[in-house]
Amino acid sequence: MSIGLGHYLTLAAILFTIGVFGIFLNRKNVIVILMSIELMLLAVNINLVAFSAHLNDLSGQVFALMILTVAAAEAAVGLAIIVTYFRNRGSIAVEDINVMKG
Amino acid sequence: MDLTAFFFYLFASLLIASAFMVITARNPVHAVLFLIFSFFNAAGLFVLQGAEFLALILIVVYVGAVAVLFLFVVMMLDVDFASLRAGFVENAWIGVLIGLVIVGELLAMIYYWSAKVAPPVGAPAITRPGTETLTNTEAIGRVLYTEHVYFFELAGLVLLVAMVGAIVLTLRERQVAKRQSVAAQVARNPAEAVDVVDVPSGGAVFPVTKTQPGE
Repeated sequence: MSIGLGHYLTLAAILFTIGVFGIFLNRKNVIVILMSIELMLLAVNINLVAFSAHLNDLSGQVFALMILTVAAAEAAVGLAIIVTYFRNRGSIAVEDINVMKG
Repeated sequence: MDLTAFFFYLFASLLIASAFMVITARNPVHAVLFLIFSFFNAAGLFVLQGAEFLALILIVVYVGAVAVLFLFVVMMLDVDFASLRAGFVENAWIGVLIGLVIVGELLAMIYYWSAKVAPPVGAPAITRPGTETLTNTEAIGRVLYTEHVYFFELAGLVLLVAMVGAIVLTLRERQVAKRQSVAAQVARNPAEAVDVVDVPSGGAVFPVTKTQPGE
C-alpha cells in the first residue's frame, strides 16, 4: 500500500482540526491561540504541497511559500500587539480584552 | 510496507502527537517547543514529497524566527513563570527526549534521502518539460522569478508592512531619555550662550542658571 494524496489530505485535515480544537481549548491564553493558528496554516501548507507533488505542478509550492510569509508576518504583528497589551494592562487574558477604547 | 510509507507514518504520527501536545500543554514554553517539533515533522513530510526547498524554508523561517519569537514573548511576558521554575528539573528529560528525537529524525531523513532507498512520493514537482534534472530549489527559482514574480513582490511588501507595524507597536518612548535637538543647537548664538562676568578680586563666581538649549 503506497502513500498517496489521500494520506496527506487526511493528515492535513486532522492537523487542521487539532488547530481549531486548540482555539476552543485555550480560550484564555492568546499565545496558545496564535500557536493554534500556526498549526492550521501548517495544515494548509501540507495540503498545498501534497497537491503540488501529486499534480506535478510547482505553483502549489509557490503558494505555500506565500502562506509561510503571511504566517510569519501575522505572528510578528500578533506578538507585538500582545506585548503592547501586556505593557498597558499587565495581563494577556482574553476575557480582559473587551474594551477597544484607548 | 515500504520505507516511504514507514517514514510517512512516522512523521505523521509524531506531527499529530506534537500538535496535540501544543494545545494541551500546561506550560506555554512547552507548547512552543512542541510547536517547533511539529514544524520539524512537517518539514520531513515535505521532503518525502520532493519539496526540499519548502521544507528547509519551513525550518529556517518557523523554527529559526517565528518559534523563537514566540519563545521570547512567552518568557518576556512572565507567563506562569513560577510553575516553570518549580517543574524544571522534573521535566528536563522531556527536552532531552525531544532533542534526541529531532536529531534522530534528521539523521534518518538525510540517510534516506542520500541513499535513495525508495523513490519519494509522487514525482518531484517540476513543471517544465526537459527540466527533469533540475533540483527542486532551482525549479522553484525558475517559476518564482518569472511567472509568479508578483507573488514574490507581494510577499516582500507583506513582510515590510509587518516589520514596520511590529516596530511601531512595540517602540516605547522613554520620557527620561536625553535627546539631541539639532534645531536648538543651530539656533544658538553667542549673545545668549556666553555670559561675560566681572569677577571681583578675591571673590567667587557662581553659575547663573539659564535654560540650556536642547532641553
